Amino acid sequence: MKSKIIAVLNDIRPEFDFNEPVDNFIEAGMLDSFDLVTLVTSLDEVFEISIDGTDILPENFSNIESILNLLNKYSK
Amino acid sequence: MDLYFKDKEITGMLVILPSNEIYFEEEMENYNFSTAKSLKLKAALGLNKRRVVQEGVCASDLAIKGLDYLFSNGKLVKEEIDALLFVTQSPDYIMPPTSNVIQGHFNLKQDMICLDINQGCAGFIVGVNQAFMLLDQSSISKVVLINADVLSPKVSKRDRNSNPLIGDAASITIIEKTSNRTEIFGSIKMDGKGAFSLQIPAGGAKLPISANTSEMLEDVSGNFRSKENLVMKGDDVFNFVQAEVPPMIESLLNMAKIDKDVVDYYMFHQPNKFMLNKVADKIGVNRGKMPSNIVENFGNSSGVTIPIVTWFNVADEIKEKRLKICFSGFGVGLTWASLLMDVGPLSFCEMIEY
Repeated sequence: MKSKIIAVLNDIRPEFDFNEPVDNFIEAGMLDSFDLVTLVTSLDEVFEISIDGTDILPENFSNIESILNLLNKYSK
Repeated sequence: MDLYFKDKEITGMLVILPSNEIYFEEEMENYNFSTAKSLKLKAALGLNKRRVVQEGVCASDLAIKGLDYLFSNGKLVKEEIDALLFVTQSPDYIMPPTSNVIQGHFNLKQDMICLDINQGCAGFIVGVNQAFMLLDQSSISKVVLINADVLSPKVSKRDRNSNPLIGDAASITIIEKTSNRTEIFGSIKMDGKGAFSLQIPAGGAKLPISANTSEMLEDVSGNFRSKENLVMKGDDVFNFVQAEVPPMIESLLNMAKIDKDVVDYYMFHQPNKFMLNKVADKIGVNRGKMPSNIVENFGNSSGVTIPIVTWFNVADEIKEKRLKICFSGFGVGLTWASLLMDVGPLSFCEMIEY
């Protein structure tokens, strides 16, 4: 799951390396609010889920760990 | 607040769209972002083309064109209009009310009510609610509701948050008493603590237009706009819609004691495809029942999007038969409002171009 998430992130912002450990993608300027729209759309497609609109908060996408925690909510 | 109306109905709907069309790609170079990033956003939000007026065209011009069409084609009789509601955030003047200007233009009777309402994305629902309340008067049998907004001149061309979304349009909805036994369920809520989530800061009494207010400033996301431009806190609006609209719809369905699948269509305001798909998923309705194809074809024209989404998707069907429709609008105010009602067969549901 982690490698798929990194692949999605690298596709959205290819100028950054999402394999590197980062505390907060948004504070580091690697993702902005528009990227979150693209990211959620891609995660929905890749993992065949629909992330709840109320879960689309910056803190749920701040790093790989937080994204993993979010996706685990939707794992069947 | 729950609302309940009976023995009233919508009998006709006309949409007026500017003929001028702008494609997303034509404006990409205005934005301070890479082409690749802009195109990804285009796909995610469902952006494509939008309709905006030529310079100098006002909301009242679109409305007058529509009314002239209805009068000329025998679809509306001047003498039968007991109230004219004009819902807009882009009035012709600070004073007088645009509804009075339109009344004077057509030399409508004096024995009627003209009323301007300052509302945006929930403006169709607010206007219909107001019409229903007026129709409780014995002297009022027919209300003409005009939703019209020309906001494109107020949006910075260098603001990727808002410019690719915004459209101009007007609609005219006829609302009447009926001898048919109708039950209409409604809900409306407001939260002024979020009033500045969608705003045009300058131009009113609080901050009059000046040399300072026209200065273009860059925000943290790389967008440029002045205080005379529309500014939207997109994240706040998105979160508000996702948190508040689905429970309102659930409450409305409970009040009407019907299952969500009994509703033929969910005709919602059209902020963008992404937001609507998330709302549909949360409510648990098939995305096909909640059309989200207006921003990509015409842009987001504030309170006019509900008539547009209805015309664009079910014009033929709604002229032939009665449909159970859930309408919902949400945005500036903050305001969110919904109606659950039967609509049709309409005497007209069509579009003309300006």
